[in-house]
Amino acid sequence: MSRIHVTATVNGDPVEFLADPRETLLDALRNHLDLTGTKEGCGTGDCGACSVTVDGTLVCSCLMLAAEANGKRVETIEGMARDGLHPLQRKFIEHAALQCGFCTPGILVAAKALLERNPDPSETEIRYWLAGNLCRCTGYDKIIRAVQDAAAEMRQDHRGAA
Amino acid sequence: MARDDVKTGYKYVGTRPNRPDGLDKVTGRARYGADFSLPGMLHAAVVRSPHAHARIVRIDASKALALEGVKAVVTRADLPTGLTGEDLNLQDNTLAGDRALYDGHAVAAVAATSPLLAQDAARLIEVEYEVLPHVTDVDAAIAPDAPVIRPGVADYSVPEGMHGNVARYMEFGHGDVEAGFAAADVVREHTYRTEATHQGYIEPHAAVGQLGEDGRGEMWVCTQGHWYIRRMCSAVLGIEAANLRVTPSEIGGGFGGKTTIFMEPLTLALSKKAGGRPVKLVMSRSEVLRATGPTASASMDVKIGMKRDGTITAGQVYFRMQGGAFPGMSPIGEALPCAFACYDIPALKHEGIEIITNRPKAAAYRAPGSPMAAFAVESMIDELCRELGLDPIEVRLKNGARNGSKSSYGPVYDVIGLQETLEAAKAHPNYSIPLGPNQGRGVASGFWFNHGGETSVSLAIGEDGTATVSIGTPDIGGSRASIGLMVAETLGIPYEDVRVNVVETGALGVNEPTHGSRATFASGKAAVIAAEAAIREMCKRAAAEWGIDADAVEWKDGAAHPAGPNAGKFPPMTIGEIGAKMGSTGGPISGHHEVTAGGYGASFGTHVVDVEVDPETGRTTVLRYLVVQDAGTAIHPAYVEGQYQGGAAQGIGWALNEEYIYGPDGRLQNPVFLDYRIPVASDLPMIDTVIVEVPNPGHPYGVRGVGETGITPPLPAIASAIAGATGARIRSLPCSPPKVLAAIKALKKG
Repeated sequence: MSRIHVTATVNGDPVEFLADPRETLLDALRNHLDLTGTKEGCGTGDCGACSVTVDGTLVCSCLMLAAEANGKRVETIEGMARDGLHPLQRKFIEHAALQCGFCTPGILVAAKALLERNPDPSETEIRYWLAGNLCRCTGYDKIIRAVQDAAAEMRQDHRGAA
Repeated sequence: MARDDVKTGYKYVGTRPNRPDGLDKVTGRARYGADFSLPGMLHAAVVRSPHAHARIVRIDASKALALEGVKAVVTRADLPTGLTGEDLNLQDNTLAGDRALYDGHAVAAVAATSPLLAQDAARLIEVEYEVLPHVTDVDAAIAPDAPVIRPGVADYSVPEGMHGNVARYMEFGHGDVEAGFAAADVVREHTYRTEATHQGYIEPHAAVGQLGEDGRGEMWVCTQGHWYIRRMCSAVLGIEAANLRVTPSEIGGGFGGKTTIFMEPLTLALSKKAGGRPVKLVMSRSEVLRATGPTASASMDVKIGMKRDGTITAGQVYFRMQGGAFPGMSPIGEALPCAFACYDIPALKHEGIEIITNRPKAAAYRAPGSPMAAFAVESMIDELCRELGLDPIEVRLKNGARNGSKSSYGPVYDVIGLQETLEAAKAHPNYSIPLGPNQGRGVASGFWFNHGGETSVSLAIGEDGTATVSIGTPDIGGSRASIGLMVAETLGIPYEDVRVNVVETGALGVNEPTHGSRATFASGKAAVIAAEAAIREMCKRAAAEWGIDADAVEWKDGAAHPAGPNAGKFPPMTIGEIGAKMGSTGGPISGHHEVTAGGYGASFGTHVVDVEVDPETGRTTVLRYLVVQDAGTAIHPAYVEGQYQGGAAQGIGWALNEEYIYGPDGRLQNPVFLDYRIPVASDLPMIDTVIVEVPNPGHPYGVRGVGETGITPPLPAIASAIAGATGARIRSLPCSPPKVLAAIKALKKG
């Protein structure tokens, strides 16, 4: 089967690869670009472990074809820490919000997208935003608290900067 | 609560530092099973039976092998013959022999140069089946007309006259149950059922295996126990254990389901056939649900007698459990001892049978057997409490096991914390919050044995006074942190100066998996003893330099100090100073400890849950949830709380949503997360925890395993809360909305 030439920007870096038309963006990130931080938990868009943003929109990368990423700007867990860890990453460690850690990259990417559109979400808003990200270890309690704490810190920093 | 002889006042134990693997896990750097690759690696796919039970007439792989890039196909004919017992069961499950025994049973595997090509090739492998009669339900499997799935499966324990699908029979007890029932004011008898559930780890099974012509191989795999992987793969493939080196990846959840093999030997068999090229095999979610895990389903008769004051006079159970198409996999041997383990009852009788069905080979799932047993017995005790108008915590305090009680299954408990969990639950604000309309409260206690097991740990002092600890129990939920804290406490050096590594099978003696709630207990205990050995050696080095007797040196705060008559004669010699010159004072300093660890203390917990049931739809919402559990000593309290919360969430899923649904064709109807619905964030409230600490005298820091008990009480606690909210008692899990609604309607009619 002929391959499709894809060029895109991933975590700010230009990338190009040849995709089988059946390959997903998740396959391309993991197998062509060696970005294995994005995980496959189900392949059917039910677990959220493969969450990334494409042109700023949160998507399950297992539900998007690699070829569709052509010309797009993709952000993954590997691009989350810029000048040091993102507050969400720091708070997840501090709050013990991960046990096995497998769902963590997807949850961090999803939570970052939430806080970018809603800097002060309620507990219920966080729970519904993250309802597409399955975690089997934690019962979600410490994840919710870590997101709340990171949001509070980011609001504080924002006020400080303003 | 603490015993006089258990140390308190720790510097590191009981603190909440960042876990050492945290940074890797929040940045995507941590390498899990599917993240590992090797040069020249091939990718594999598996052909699985679409039938619950079928004779395999013919397998034709010629079309697949004709595809460019396809390198190898393996079927059962490629595996060695002559295996027996559990080794044969493992081989039968890895690849079907003459019969496929369940929907999803592996029949053949193929390796090719890309994952997509391997999947294409798998579709081209032609398998001709002759479909056979099947049975998937635990009770239907022992009906007179049920097909006998594996003739001759019964072991010595099965009495004559039982159905051919009964593989095992168990019976034990004490006292005179008939006299006990006669002495009761109320005797009730009911049947309870739980469906099979899956461990539901988010990481599918994955392995990269390589095996050469010379029979030497390596494997990188997500597992709870890489020595188990080594032993089982070696047995299935007929290779020597020493020739297979197994390295564990980070593990994306296990809950018991990654303590055994499923497809791992296929990577090695394919590799050998493909000239020794490494082969990666990653399961899809549907493969995980159809062919790994799950837990057993159960049908359980319970009879209990109670006096009006709440005294339980006698109990009797008969459990029927199926663990799939293979004997030995149902947790009947755990469920029966767990049934009344929370209680001190004068007369008990336990009976149970294991039943074979056309379902996947069950695997361990968090406190195997205990949640089902608790659902039956704790539900029944709640029913009696409601009937007699008694407080469920008071009844448990009255009948509950204490220090020195003879357990329901034989041994005498040493120091246990059940009563303390009940007192703490009673005192917690959640237990007295007033309930609104359509709301109910449920209480249940739970038990797990805990486990010690084969353990091997080594520890080395670095030239700069840091310590490296090598353990063989994969870290699923923060055990590197808890073991690091205990070693730091013992050596008297900062937590940051201790690095704990999970090492491969070539680096240590045999280790059992991270199972049975044993990692922090057993690897931790061995690490402390290894650290003490290193301390003795460091004291010897200091004594030699000072020219005094080694016995006259004591170790505190990370340094050797002259003691007794020599106290103060020399300045303390720090671990850094000793490490810096160890090469010239006698060589490297290390400690190690190998043991089948005993002294694990039993674990008890008590949960309180409030629910609201929508009378229009039957949907249950969990309003608040409280877990109280004895941790012995909480080494890293945040990860202890995490175990309590995670166990409760799994139990809530089992109680409300999760179930394996088989169609009349014997095929699993819900093999995706959309339909096999585990709790999501919006399903749950915050989960309150109380860590009770009744130190375990069998551990230097008083640790008890904390991983498993938490999944046990939610099943009965939620069913009891629903009964409180609606008056309807659900005796068959899950308490799904249609079932609850039907029960409410039946109540109104009745």
